[in-house]
Amino acid sequence: MLYVPGNSAAMVKDAHIYRPDTVMFDLEDSVSYREKDAARFLVYQTLRTIDYGGVETAVRINGLDTPYGKDDIEAMVRARPNIIRIPKTEKAQDVSDVETEIERVERKIGLPIGTIKLFVAIETPLGVLNAREIACSSNRLLGIALGAEDLVTSLRTSRSKDGIELYYARSQVLYAARVAGINAIDTVYSNVQDEEGFLAEVRLIKQLGFDGKSVIQPNQIKLVHRVYTPTEEEIHKALRVLEAIREAESKGSGVIALDGRMIDKPVVERARWTIELAKASGVVPEEVKL
Amino acid sequence: MRILHAGTAGTLESSDVLITVERNPEKGFVIELESISEARFGNRIREVITETLKKLQVEDVKVRVQDRSALDCTIRARLTAAVFRAAGIEKYPWEELE
Repeated sequence: MLYVPGNSAAMVKDAHIYRPDTVMFDLEDSVSYREKDAARFLVYQTLRTIDYGGVETAVRINGLDTPYGKDDIEAMVRARPNIIRIPKTEKAQDVSDVETEIERVERKIGLPIGTIKLFVAIETPLGVLNAREIACSSNRLLGIALGAEDLVTSLRTSRSKDGIELYYARSQVLYAARVAGINAIDTVYSNVQDEEGFLAEVRLIKQLGFDGKSVIQPNQIKLVHRVYTPTEEEIHKALRVLEAIREAESKGSGVIALDGRMIDKPVVERARWTIELAKASGVVPEEVKL
Repeated sequence: MRILHAGTAGTLESSDVLITVERNPEKGFVIELESISEARFGNRIREVITETLKKLQVEDVKVRVQDRSALDCTIRARLTAAVFRAAGIEKYPWEELE
C-alpha cells in the first residue's frame, strides 16, 4: 500500500505507474491544515478522472473528531475509491460512526450500500488493546493496518532496527485480523535510504504472518514484492501438494502422503495460499487450479 | 457565488497549476494564462477554466493561471479550491459540485 500525499498533483496522478497493490491518497497527516480543502478537491477530481489501471485505490480521511472528517467522507464517497481508510481507530464505535456517514452519502447518491470498503489504522495503545473488536466491527472492513510512528511515541520509546517495541502491537493486530478474516498490513519504514533495514523488516513481518506493508517510496514496492513472491521451489512444492490431494480425492483415498510424509489440512491450506500469492505476484498463471 | 477577495490554490510544481482568482470590476471572465504548453493546450485550459467557473456560478472574475502541465482534473480542482477560498465558503455544496 503506497502512501501518496493528497495535495501532490504529480504523485496523485502518477502513483499507480509504480504498480503498488493499493495506492492510498492521504488527506490526513501529510496535508497541512491550510491545504485540507485543496487536497480534498484534488483527490476528488483526480479519482473521478484517472483510470488507475486495476490498482486498488484508498483514501485516508481525517478523523470525524476533526473539522475535516465529514467533508472528506462526503467528497470521497462521491469520488468512489475502493477503500476509505480510518486513521487512529481506537474502538469499534469509531468504525460505526464512519460507516454511518458513508452509508448516508451512498444512500443520497444512489450508490449500493456497502460499495465503499473500509480499512482501519491502529496507531494508539487503546487501539492496539481494542484491535479485535475493531477488526470485527464492520462487514465493510477489508483490513487492519498498524501505524507505528504515533504508537511508539505514546509508548515512550522509538523505532528500532529489530522492532522489539512493536512485537506486542504487531501480534495483536495480526491476531485481530485473523479472527475477523481480514488483511493485516504493517506500518511504514521511514528510513528510505536503508534498503537492507527495510528488507529485514519486510522479512520479519512476512514471517509473523502479515499480508503486506505500507510504503512511502515507490522504490520500496519492488522490495516488498520480492520478499512476498513465493520462490520457484515453494511454488513447485505447493503444486505437487495440490496435485497429490486431487489425485487422492479422485481415488477416494482418505490418507494422503507425498514423498513419504503425510499431507494434512494445514499443509494443503498453506499450499493453496502459496499458489494464490504466486498468482497475485504474476509468477503463476491465473488458470492454475487450487 | 460571490468573490469577496483574492483566493489562491495550487503550486508551481510540475504537473500542478497555481491559480489566483479575484473580482473583475468589469463584466465577465478575464483569464491570464502562463503555460509552457500554451501553444498546444492554451485553448483547452481556457475552456476548462470557463466551464468550471460556469459550473460554480461565478461571474465577473479575473483568473490568473500559472500552469506547469497540469491535467484538466488538476486545473478543475485548483480552480474550485481558489474560488471557494475567494468566496470565503467552507461548507461545500457537494451535490452541486458533482
